[in-house]
Amino acid sequence: MARGAAVSLAVARIGAALLAVACAVPATLAYAQSSTTRVIPLDQLKSGLAYTGEDVRALQADDFANPGMLWVERGEKIWNTPAGADGKSCASCHGDAKSSMKGVAARYPAIDAKSKQLLNIEARINASRSGDQKAPAFAPESEDMLAITAYVNMQSRGVPVGVSIDGAAREHFERGRAFYYTRRGQMNMSCATCHEQNFGKRLFAETISQGQPNDFPIYRLEWQTMGSLHRRLRACLYGVRAELLPVGSPELLDVELFLAWRAQGLKGEAPAVRR
Amino acid sequence: MAPRPFSRLHRTACARPAFARLLATLALAALPAHADLLPAQISADSVPRPLTATPGDAAHGRALLLARENANCILCHAIPEARFSGNLAPPLDGVGARLSAAQLRLRVADNRQVHPSTIMPSYFRSEGLTGVAAQYRGKTVLTAQEVEDVVAYLQTLK
Ligand code: HEC
Ligand code: HEC
Repeated sequence: MARGAAVSLAVARIGAALLAVACAVPATLAYAQSSTTRVIPLDQLKSGLAYTGEDVRALQADDFANPGMLWVERGEKIWNTPAGADGKSCASCHGDAKSSMKGVAARYPAIDAKSKQLLNIEARINASRSGDQKAPAFAPESEDMLAITAYVNMQSRGVPVGVSIDGAAREHFERGRAFYYTRRGQMNMSCATCHEQNFGKRLFAETISQGQPNDFPIYRLEWQTMGSLHRRLRACLYGVRAELLPVGSPELLDVELFLAWRAQGLKGEAPAVRR
Repeated sequence: MAPRPFSRLHRTACARPAFARLLATLALAALPAHADLLPAQISADSVPRPLTATPGDAAHGRALLLARENANCILCHAIPEARFSGNLAPPLDGVGARLSAAQLRLRVADNRQVHPSTIMPSYFRSEGLTGVAAQYRGKTVLTAQEVEDVVAYLQTLK
């Protein structure tokens, strides 16, 4: 009797445990499937360059013709110029960018060990600038900011994009992903509407790419200047008549992390040229 | 001839034009700027009654389809006379033969009601949208009269 009761209690316990597992497992599976399933498989990723014209490709390929190289040159000067209270340059701490900055941009956005914040490369540069160099931060989208990021990002040419979405980065990734798939604006389109469902097709005269972030900043002929990824995202938001989020805003940072995760393995190509 | 936003008042009063105009003026003052289709206007996959008392102007409708602002239909659709267009959507030649004015009206005004997951924007809908820029919030892309103009043009594509 007593034994039977114990057994049935045990069975009930196992049953409850199974029930709990049964409830938890589908939830976790659904979560895993919905949040890290890749809509574009890794072996089908293509950088934006693949969707531009031959003229643009030629311009980007030639470092003497690529207008983005003017920003790279300016960035190299900034790298080597002492600034701030202690008169230090980027080079004072990091030496030759060609080795010290190789592959760095490919890991961003990333959680900063000190501040525990998600930083993209622009924000990381500014953290060094005001924290270590004690010089005024570069203004978002300023010529100097575009120049230094062009210089730093160029050192990751050929390095595959690979960001972490573990730990504290995870919630940013989830928010970025949710943003990416939410239809917004008066035109009611999501990023995925164009860049996952319709890449390769034409929106009037423009061929839609997969919307990859691996080659920013870009020199855009339409802008006649250099622009950051966030500037490009604002152009997409403007197109669908959605609220324009500021360059460097938390929402755009989260999307940037999602885009970088989505671009895993694509090689760095900065500075890029676009129509 | 200023395009008037559609309103419930306006529609029920359409039978008596002078009175309708008076009521429409009152409605303009009294109602918010948005003007979406009411469920009662939709029948199966169509909106049988015109949204305004003024018949659509096909020439103006054509200009709207080609305009780089607002409607900008050729962003996605090819139309016979446009030298250039996008190809995200099926070409519109022959659409006036395939679909009636009533069917075209619902597709232009709110294609979601025909194809719930369509990528085509709803041109006469201001609600059920997320993150709309302040200057467009509560407004439709096209006015009721512009929808009629576009429908009139589409009917010529036979
Ligand atoms: C209505 C269509 C449309 C929507 C919606 C849209 N984009 Fe774009 N996007 C474009 C077009 C067109 C371009 C320029 C051509 C290209 O590179 O794809 C572009 C360019 C980009 C680029 C630059 C790609 C490159 O290689 O230069 C990125 C990144 C991007 N979009 C991301 C996004 C994100 C993120 C969203 C949502 C917030 C979004 N887009 C929404 C149409 C769209
Ligand atoms: C962003 C892309 C896009 C834009 C812009 C767009 N459409 Fe469409 N439209 C579509 C797609 C895609 C379809 C195919 C059916 C579906 O998926 O809804 C469609 C279907 C239609 C149809 C039905 C065609 C048929 O043969 O059944 C009509 C009519 C139409 N569109 C008219 C217009 C007009 C007029 C405009 C501008 C006022 C416009 N569209 C703007 C994407 C678009």
